Formats: sequence, structure tokens, C-alpha cells
Amino acid sequence: MRNLAALLFTGGLSFLLLVIVSQLNLGETPMIVGQRMLNEAGAEVGAANIVTSVLLAYRAFDTLGELSVLFAAATTAGLVLGHRRSDAVPDPDGGFILRAGADLLFPLLLVVGFYIIIYGHLTPGGGFQGGVILAAAFFVGVLGRPGTSLDHGVIIFIEGFAGASFIGVGLWALFAEGQFLKPMLETGTVGDLVSAGTLPLLSLALGLKVGSELAGLLTALSDTEAGEP
Amino acid sequence: MIQLDFVTILYVGGIGLLAIGAAGLVICNNFFRILLALVVAEAGVNLLLVLVGYRGNAAAPILGFGPQGAQMVDPIPQVLVLTAIVIGVGVQALAISVLVRTYRSYGTLDVRELKARFEVDLAAEMGIESTPGSEAPAA
Amino acid sequence: MLEWIALLIVITILTSAVAVLTIRNMVGAVAAVSVVGLGVSVLFVLMHAPDVAMTEAAVGAGLSGVVLALGLRKLGLWRLEDDKGTSHPLVPTSRREDNTDA
Repeated sequence: MRNLAALLFTGGLSFLLLVIVSQLNLGETPMIVGQRMLNEAGAEVGAANIVTSVLLAYRAFDTLGELSVLFAAATTAGLVLGHRRSDAVPDPDGGFILRAGADLLFPLLLVVGFYIIIYGHLTPGGGFQGGVILAAAFFVGVLGRPGTSLDHGVIIFIEGFAGASFIGVGLWALFAEGQFLKPMLETGTVGDLVSAGTLPLLSLALGLKVGSELAGLLTALSDTEAGEP
Repeated sequence: MIQLDFVTILYVGGIGLLAIGAAGLVICNNFFRILLALVVAEAGVNLLLVLVGYRGNAAAPILGFGPQGAQMVDPIPQVLVLTAIVIGVGVQALAISVLVRTYRSYGTLDVRELKARFEVDLAAEMGIESTPGSEAPAA
Repeated sequence: MLEWIALLIVITILTSAVAVLTIRNMVGAVAAVSVVGLGVSVLFVLMHAPDVAMTEAAVGAGLSGVVLALGLRKLGLWRLEDDKGTSHPLVPTSRREDNTDA
């Protein structure tokens, strides 16, 4: 009975949404704010990637809010999960293939992650994508050798330092120009590596913070005490 | 029949994902499957958001690539969805940690059994008597 | 031409989404969620949104799958069924001579 009611509700909801969405003409959008950003982002900010320039220059405050949400989620998850487990059933050994594969993948993932972060204002990419790949790079070592874990102190230090430098750059813009997180330093030519002011610095801080946070979260998840199977 | 253009296919897919995720949230009895249905619904919503900013015969919003002077798609919904995807994975991690604690304390992940035991435990915690509710659990 | 590719991918996504709710084995359900994330990432490429496609591929098809699989492991739901119908958990209780799990 409950399943039937749920299916009827879902059918009605999807029919309502289909009718509403078919009335909007989705092929041509009246881009009012977006058109202004497309026209002026190249001259004002100097980054070739317009999505990154919106994320880190026009709406940088929202990025700071997202960092806070991610920080709250990771910290709460680590708090709820608890510490290292007791000497329960130890994990089976990974074997030679896992260890060798993890050791081979770690430098490749590190290079790809830093490349995506640093070139984030020229090609598709940026802080978040590179940060996720960095987190994967550090977690692959833990996956290859079950039973070991990353050093929590170093992870917390990197995360705190990156977050503080993000806010530090914003405060420097506040005291120098009068607006929090306004892009400073000269714009340069579109397409160079050193261009778009402080955007590469903000990208780097963002990538390091996201990467270390997700690596700490994955380590806490793999370290916690398992329930009985 | 309905015409099969690109935008129609995509929004049918997005609404379908949202509907399947919402149905899974209501129907499923295992807590872990409820979390998986939530992940599917989030993917559908992100798809719909990026679709709102799509413009036919336009280019990606990057200067220097593709034909110059061409129109570009709207970058604003893409920024919103970028944030939403990363927050979504944070929410999933938090939900997994709450599930692990629940399993460690109660030993089960069935929704109906957990509901009955929660009521008993909460009543015992607050010091009042627990009487079974007047509506019987669904068959 | 582009409509047929989009149609194929949307059919794959919807089938995988139904499979998430239907497959009894939990490992298969997590794999179906990763397929949904990957399909949505390809649709983002077709919609000229490369940043979002990269994020969805890295997070939805990569990191989210790892988080869910780790959660499965800690919840004791990680079981692989072999063709004899008996399921064995991943932590071996005794040394097995024949490796039947992949």
C-alpha cells in the first residue's frame, strides 16, 4: 500500500515537472547576468577560463562559504566516526600488485593534480578538480597498504594553512583596495600562465585545502572500527 | 510523436533521475539504499541546473578556444553546479559516518525496526512510558 | 547525430538508476551509482560545460564511489557471491586454497 502510494506520488510529480519544463523554452536562455560576465571577464579579470573567473573573482565569497560547509562536514564526520579501532580483525595484506600499483600511481596523480590546479585559469580545471585528484593521490597509498594510515597532524596543518592563506589574501585585498577578496595584482595578458592577478594563488590555496580535507576524511573513514559482518 | 531534439531528451533524463531518486527515498527499507537514491536524485538535479543555461549552437565558456566571437553558454549555472557537486560528496561522507555509528549501536539497518527501537529508547531516555502508535506498520 | 548519442546515454542512465533500487547485492548498487555519475558527466560534455564534467567525473564517478565502498566495508555489507550461491565476506576467517573471489 505504501509502495503504491509512493509510485503514484512519483508519477504525479514527474508529470507535473515535465509539463512545467516543457513550457519554458530551454534552447535559448535570456542571459542577462551571464552575458555581462562573458563580455567583461576577459578585460576585468584576465583569466581565459570564465567559470574560474566567476568562481574566484566575482563570486569568491560563495566559494568561501562552500569551503566552510566542506570543513564542517569533514570535521563532523571525523568526530562521529571516532578514533583508531581496537585490535579487531586485521585487514588482509594487499599483496605485491596493490603495493606496486599504488607506488606507481602516486607521482602520476600528484603531477596531474598540480597541473590542473595551476593551469586552472587557462583551461578547464581549477581548485576543486585538482584538489580531488590530490586527495586521491594521497589516499591510494593507504589503499595499497591496508593497516597504515596518513599522518593526521600534517593533514590538519596543511588544511589550516591553506584555509588561512585564502582568507589572508582576501583580507589583504580588503585593507589595500577596500573590498574583501577583490582580485589584486595586475591582470596581465589573457592566456599567459602568470596572469589574472591573485587568481592562481587562490586556486592553489583552494586545491590544497580541498585535497587535504578529503584525504583526512577518507583516512578517518577507513580507520574507524568496523561493525560485525 | 513528440519531437526528439537534444534539449527534450536531456530534460526527460534529468526529471526521470529526480523521480527515480525520490521514489527510492520513500520506498526503500534499507538505510544504505536510501542514501544511494539520494545520490541519484542529486545527479538529476545537477543535470537540470546545467541544462537551464544551455544555448543551442554555442561554445564552451573559455576564451581562446573554439571560434572567436561565437556565442557561449551561460557560465552562471555551471558555477552553481560546481559548488553543489562538491558539497554533495561532503554530505554523502557525513551520512556514511552517521550510518556506521547507527549500525554499531543498533546492529541493523532496516528502517522499520530502527523506528520501533528509536521510539522505545527515546521514551526510556525521557522517562515516559512508550505506547505503540495507533497506526500499524505498513505491510 | 548528437541526439542519438544523448538518447543512448540517457537510456543507460535511467536503466542504471532503476538498477540502484532493484539489485539485491549492495556492491552492484554502488557500481550502478558510479555508472549514473559517469553518464551524467558525458552529458555535461555534450552540453559544452567542461569544468562541470571534470568535477562530476572526478567526484561523482571516483570519490563518491570510494566513500560509498568504504562505508559498505565498515557496515559489513561487502559481500561477493560466487556461483555456488554462498556468499563470503571479504575478511577471510581461514586460509582458502582456492581463490574464487575476483
